[in-house]
Amino acid sequence: MEVERIPLAPISIPKVGAVGKTGKWRTFRPVIDREKCIKCLLCWLYCPDAAIVRDENDNVFVNYDYCKGCGICAHECPRKAIKMVKEE
Amino acid sequence: MPITIKNLPKEEITLQPGHAACPGCPIGIGLRIVGKVLGKKTVIVIPACCTSIVQGPYPYSAVKVPLVNVIFAASAAVASGIAGAFEAQGIKDAHVVVWAGDGGTADIGLQALSGAAERNDNIIYICYDNEAYMNTGIQRSGSTPYKAWTTTTITGKTEFKKNMPAIIAQHRVPYVATASIGYPLDFAEKLQKASKIKGFKYIHLLAPCPVGWRFDPSLTAEMGKLAVLTGLWPLYEVEYGVFKLTGVSLSLVDKDKRVPLEKYLRLQGRFKHITDEDIKIYEEYVDQLWRALKDLHGKRIV
Amino acid sequence: MSTYKVLTGNYAVAYGVKLCKPQVIAAYPITPQTSIVEKLSEFVEKGELKAKMLRVESEHSAMAAVIGAAIAGARTFTATSSQGLLYMHEGVWMAAGARLPIVMAIVTRAIFPPWSIWTDHGDLLDQRDTGWMICMAEDNQEVIDMIIQAYKIAEDERVLLPIMVGLDAFILSHTATPIEIPDEDLVDSYLPRPGETLSYLKISFDNPLTYYNLAFPDSYMEFRYQIHEAMNRAKRVIEEADEKYHKLTGRKYGGLVDTYRCNDAEVVIVSMGASTGDTKEAADKLRDEGYKVGVLRLRFIRPFPEEKLKEILSNKKLVIVIDRAISLGKGGILYTEVASVLHKNDGRTPIIRGYLTGLGGRDITVSDIIKMVRKATSLFEKGELTHGWEWFKLRKEVVM
Repeated sequence: MEVERIPLAPISIPKVGAVGKTGKWRTFRPVIDREKCIKCLLCWLYCPDAAIVRDENDNVFVNYDYCKGCGICAHECPRKAIKMVKEE
Repeated sequence: MPITIKNLPKEEITLQPGHAACPGCPIGIGLRIVGKVLGKKTVIVIPACCTSIVQGPYPYSAVKVPLVNVIFAASAAVASGIAGAFEAQGIKDAHVVVWAGDGGTADIGLQALSGAAERNDNIIYICYDNEAYMNTGIQRSGSTPYKAWTTTTITGKTEFKKNMPAIIAQHRVPYVATASIGYPLDFAEKLQKASKIKGFKYIHLLAPCPVGWRFDPSLTAEMGKLAVLTGLWPLYEVEYGVFKLTGVSLSLVDKDKRVPLEKYLRLQGRFKHITDEDIKIYEEYVDQLWRALKDLHGKRIV
Repeated sequence: MSTYKVLTGNYAVAYGVKLCKPQVIAAYPITPQTSIVEKLSEFVEKGELKAKMLRVESEHSAMAAVIGAAIAGARTFTATSSQGLLYMHEGVWMAAGARLPIVMAIVTRAIFPPWSIWTDHGDLLDQRDTGWMICMAEDNQEVIDMIIQAYKIAEDERVLLPIMVGLDAFILSHTATPIEIPDEDLVDSYLPRPGETLSYLKISFDNPLTYYNLAFPDSYMEFRYQIHEAMNRAKRVIEEADEKYHKLTGRKYGGLVDTYRCNDAEVVIVSMGASTGDTKEAADKLRDEGYKVGVLRLRFIRPFPEEKLKEILSNKKLVIVIDRAISLGKGGILYTEVASVLHKNDGRTPIIRGYLTGLGGRDITVSDIIKMVRKATSLFEKGELTHGWEWFKLRKEVVM
């Protein structure tokens, strides 16, 4: 088996998911109602986990791999377009 | 060109998803903004603080710009050294940023910070202030406010919060500002302004911590707004010695526009035990503060 | 062309540093190091040395600043003594763990309390666990030569560890003697270009790295192992650096250890620092009286020259170790370290006798050293000399 050698000094490489899929931490998940969404992007701005992704047309999507379910997006949404739903 | 949500870059330049911060942590909001405003050519110096852990353990890191973890008291000095090396090597367009907690700024890190400020070293020093030593489990710091519960001030802190932005302003540095995680665009504007100045820049970013302040993680941004709207945390900048209120704080000179302090304090479990007496003391403090600030807007204070 | 000047040890450091062209210098004044920093400031302000000089507000920040500069790929320098060295101790550990080839001059000075500005080796030897290479000069010529060799050794790819160059307070630091300052081109050809070695690890915006974040128990130990192995490799690098320097300047020091009349000696005195000059004089006088004495000077205490000591001392009858520092609760530091490597080996162990003296700047004179040798050898001849160490020239009568 090929073993990864350590560097000269304790130096690390940047990575998405550095501590794994933090989506597993969730108790509640945000669900975006596309009808109500006005693409203000406040949820994208405030997400501490960069778990709301914004596309070229300013549509927003939740990256459930990394969303911790804090609920800031739901709280800040000016149209109440995001609901926090209990994980099954 | 003023910063708007739309024109902030889409990509995540500093903090990547999948980091170790608590749900609702203000560090996530702040550090993302730092990357989007300053760009790739930014090196971040981090003393012992929550962010030391947020980045995750070796051999990976959740931060995609060069990040140097350093000994607790030394972040400003290390940053000065990096800035010095860049200058010696002719690297002109890179930003050297300190991203430090209130402990590493107001307490153990104060000496190095004061030294770097006095020397006017070319760095941007950002203190993200969650008002206690949160990484080690919520012990009080010089930045913990009056009567706040922490694990080392069980019946409430008896001293007031150390006024770091004012202390740094008196070091005659080109730029000092306060900011709040509740107003990320105001923070972004200040960061952009700072990035264009050569010399020592200081931004004190209020960072409400759901775990340490005892409130629901969905309320972090709300808490950051309330701190400003009550007048307790004025948003201002001191540019080459001239004081200016910014953002919503401009309108708060009028006492009627200020939200009652109770709305802010009673929302936090760390103030669960405060009495009406204590709230009166806070109100007097805020009134006194704004009597002074009212006359200072547009004036030279250094 | 090399030049000749009458310089104090501190100025020898400054002239040596100037030749090595560091890019960032950060230092805080402390007696008796101050004239190093002052001279370097003068060089920078006159434009003779193109370095960024950070007039930091403490030694802790001095070490922090050169660490930052080194991570950004710059060649650096700092200097301090006793209290300053202790204050930056946390940073000293960081520099070695981060594998940064920082060069630091230490003007060895006794530690407070009480206040003392005079020499002993306690401050320098207090750092011996940190992962820094540690060496000490005997005279001002060696000071300037050692500074230049220090950059070569530290920045070698096989090593990449920081290095302390020690010189005794006042005896060397403030005493002026004639020295030869090597030519600038010679030093340029001897040393790598600043920032050249392992540049892929320095701060890079194209290949961003995170430095020194949390490592679990499954990786920490291997990083310490790597430092220790680098120390072992450094032994060879130190010899090479000295040999190459000899070719360029005609001066050689022996690498890890400097030996004087050891070949046919029966008694060898192990010593470190400036008092070795007196030790060699004492050896000459004793030789005239018929004693077969030699001197082994530890140039380097880290890496510890274990193999050299075994090679040179195993067959001797008697080894006398002169200590200028004590590990309180254990004993003379050099004595302890030397004794630990000369194990019983087919009866080939010399008797090792340590003399602890010279603390807080108390003089170690030629006649002191002669006394030590006479006392030890007379006991040895009677078969009464045991392994061990003792205080020498202590004023026992005033002690509580």
